[in-house]
Order: sequence, then C-alpha cells, then structure tokens
Amino acid sequence: MIRIGSGAGFAGDRIEPAEILVEHANLDYLVLECLAERTIALAQKRKKQDAHSGYDVLLEKRMRSLIPKISGKKVRIITNMGAANPIAGANKIIEIAKELNITVKVAAVTGDDVLTKISPDDLAWETGEPLKEHGSIVSANAYIGVDALLDALKSDAQIIIAGRIADPSLFLAPMIHEFNWSLDDYDILAKGTVIGHLLECAGQLTGGYFADPGKKDIKDMANLGFPFADILADGSATFSKVENTGGQITLRTAKEQLLYEVIDPNAYITPDVIADFTSVKLEELSEGRIKVDGAVGLSKPQKLKVSIGYEAGYIGEGEISYAGPNATARARLAGDIIEERIGHLLGEFRVDLIGVNACHRKSFRETDPYEVRLRVVGKAKSTAEAAIIGEEVEALYTNGPAGGGGARKVVNEVIGVVSTFIDREQVRFQTQLKEYVANETL
Amino acid sequence: MKLYDIAHCRTGDKGNSITLSVIPYEESNYEFLKERLTADVVKQHLKGIVEGEVKRYDVKNIQALQFVCSEALVTGVTTSLTLDTHGKSLSFALLELEIG
Repeated sequence: MIRIGSGAGFAGDRIEPAEILVEHANLDYLVLECLAERTIALAQKRKKQDAHSGYDVLLEKRMRSLIPKISGKKVRIITNMGAANPIAGANKIIEIAKELNITVKVAAVTGDDVLTKISPDDLAWETGEPLKEHGSIVSANAYIGVDALLDALKSDAQIIIAGRIADPSLFLAPMIHEFNWSLDDYDILAKGTVIGHLLECAGQLTGGYFADPGKKDIKDMANLGFPFADILADGSATFSKVENTGGQITLRTAKEQLLYEVIDPNAYITPDVIADFTSVKLEELSEGRIKVDGAVGLSKPQKLKVSIGYEAGYIGEGEISYAGPNATARARLAGDIIEERIGHLLGEFRVDLIGVNACHRKSFRETDPYEVRLRVVGKAKSTAEAAIIGEEVEALYTNGPAGGGGARKVVNEVIGVVSTFIDREQVRFQTQLKEYVANETL
Repeated sequence: MKLYDIAHCRTGDKGNSITLSVIPYEESNYEFLKERLTADVVKQHLKGIVEGEVKRYDVKNIQALQFVCSEALVTGVTTSLTLDTHGKSLSFALLELEIG
C-alpha cells in the first residue's frame, strides 16, 4: 500500500493543509497541483523578461514551509510548480535549502515546452482557425504524462518539480513507480487516473466547494483538511483525511468531484490513458472513508494536447454601487450613459448589474434588490485604451445618476488559451538532479 | 418543486464548454430525474446562457446525470468579459429549474 496526499488543488491554494498532511498523515507522496492553462502562459511571459523566473509565484512560500517539515521523513513531493521554468524552480528550492541549511535533492523535469515545435499555421482545436489568427503566441506547452516523471522517481530526489504534467498523471506516476504497473495495462492506468482525478482538486473532495448551509452542511470549513488516498497494488483506493481537520469526505462530495470537468464520462482523456468513468464504484466504508474501484481503460491517445497561450489584448473594468429607493434604475441609467459615451470605441463591451444579472447573464426571478453594483467591462488593444472604461465609471461620481458610491477600476492584460495537438514522438523529456548537502559545522 | 430541492450540482469548465453534474440527494429520485431532466429541458432553461448543444450522459454507476454544454462561456474562460468567466456559479442557475 502507498499513501498519497493532495496538498494543493490550484496555484493560489492554502498552504496549511499540506503542512498538516506532512506532519500527521505519514505520507509516501505529497502532490502539489498548482498549474492552470492561463497560469503557464503568464509564467512564460515572466520567463521572457527574466530567465531565472517563470516558476510558480508561491513556490518560495510553499517550499520554505515544507522543506523543514519533510526533512528526515520518507515523504517525497511531486509538483508542477516548475510552470514555465522547472530548472529555475529547482534552483530556487536549492537556494532555500541552503539558506535553511537542510539537505535536499531535487529533480527538475522538462520537455513540455514545445514552442519551437509548433507552427503558427497549425489549427486551433476550439476554433478550427490557424493559431496565428488568434494573436501573438507566447507559449506552447504539451500536456505530458507519467512517462516524463518515471526517471525522476527512480532517482533519490525528495522533491520532483515539473511543468505541464497532466494533473492526474502527477498522482498516477508514483503508483506506477511503486507497483511496477505496465504502461500498456490500460485498466490499471485508468484506476490510478480516477484516484488522481479525485485528489487533484484537494479540498474539493473534502467538502470544499460543496457546502450549502442548511442543505449541504460541512463541519469546520475554516480548518478544511485536504485528502489522502491509501492505494493498493490492484488499483483500488480508500480516501480519507487527517483526524480533527475540518470538512468531510462523503459519497456526495466524491460524486461531485468524480464528474468535475469531465466532458465525456465514457472517455476521460489524459496523456496516459483514455479512462471510462461509467464503471467506477464508490463505497462508503465508514464515516469519512470512501473506497474507489472499478474504472476501465480503453487505450492511449495518439497525440498530446498542447495548450497555446496568445496575447489577447487588455480588459478594462469599472464598478460603482447604487442603493436604496430606485437603485436598479439608477444603476441602469449609469450603464446607459457609459455605453453611449464609449461603447462604440471598443470591440467587445458589456454592462452587468451585480445583484441582478451579472453571474448568470440573466435572472431567473423578478427581484428588487436593496443595492446594485454596476459593472462595465470592455476589451481594448492597449492599456491606455482599456483604462478609459474605469475612468468613465469613476467619473459617474460627478457626472452620473444620484448616489453612486464605491467606484473601483482595474486593467488586466489578457492571455487567451487555445489548444492544438502534437505527435508524441516530438516531445522529449529530460531529468536534471540538483542537491544541497547541509553544512554540519554551521 | 425546484431541482434544488432534490439534487445538488457542480459546474466544471473546459474551454468554452461547461459541465453540469446533477446528483440526486436520494438515489430513489434518479429515475425521476432521468425522465424529467432531459437535455432539451436543460437547454430551454439555460436559454441566453448556453448558445450551443447540450448533451446528457447517464452515469448510472453513481446515480448522476452529466450535462455537457457547449458555447456556454461567451468565448471561454481566458477571454470572456463576463463576471464569472469560468461559469462556476451556473450550477445554481440549473438548480433554479422547476421540475414539477
């Protein structure tokens, strides 16, 4: 049996649950999943400006906390926090170990960056248009699978840092390494993929993103614990979390997570396997312990998906609030004023009333809210042009309807993401080892 | 009765598509949901939100229905001007549905 914990489910995730897992769960592996489509494109832009950056922005904070805690323990960390630059990420980890004077060995896995192998004439899967039509390309990262991680696992590195490894593969790789599963045994790879998929969003399995007061109550969410799985060589696993942490693992939380972002339950595609989730069995063994078994694997995809980041201009936003009698009508008038003044200057433009129709772009009920927040947003080719939106909203203070308050404005650069595909043979992996040995005379 | 009274739901996103997982609180309501909550009913309810096709998968091993809705995020997570670019809150738009 091996025990794998999930210590982060996205780039901005909380740090404390991973610390608790390392200190109290007696883990064999801790996986930190910190990469989304846009995150890697933004990281590529940072790397372009500074060759020593391009790894996850929270890497330093997470590692400073975890390195002392894993020291002397068997637990190994596997993470995609390398983002656009796993080598620089590994160097940073060594730098932190040196500062703390703690022995650590790191393996950096590269090969997912395929920018030089992609042609601007390749077609985007989403639109069918050539990639170059979308905007200037800033990144191309292939979703790579377990095979990229196996060399690093065979080494004695305690921390393995990579870039665009597919999320479930971060979990499946140590299972293959420990149980010597064959890379052609699709059923067992599918079972391991289901385990990885259930763990990859961390707190989403333990009652996070699930609670609905009075309907789906979850205990002690402020101290939400993250899950771990006890995995057997037959590919079955039992999920639970550290005692006395908040949250709850139930059949309901497991069902929601099993289907999360699954666009075809009969064929969930990763670089390692195409898994059929419609044969998965979930069973509650006792309170807070869920057993998972039964996935079936079909084959392996011939090509790897590549995430392409491109420059998509700038988004400018402005918000201002109205409250009390006739609030909705005043907010609407404010929106109409802005639209008349600048709507025609921008390619894409929209006006939402937060409290009325912003989240769902419509309302399913007739409402007369006490307060309404006007949100005006548009896309522009430059920051200066995008800034006009917030400036015009702010100007409603003296130029708009009565009682507008709390104006805010912001401009963000937009990195769009589309996908294309690449032959497996074109993607080559490398593993680089780096080490710091503690100085005992210090 | 609203769908909210008998089922829970989570949204996921992929590009410009969203997934809506509908899970009855009581497994005995699964057949009722299968009968009432067709892809057409969901498409009609989400008019103005989902512009593309709605496809339903019956995931009977866990008594759940998975709806996959295309063209649901006004160009997609990374470039959409909408407030909720991921469509994460749309699970509760579906739960607003009157189910009889």
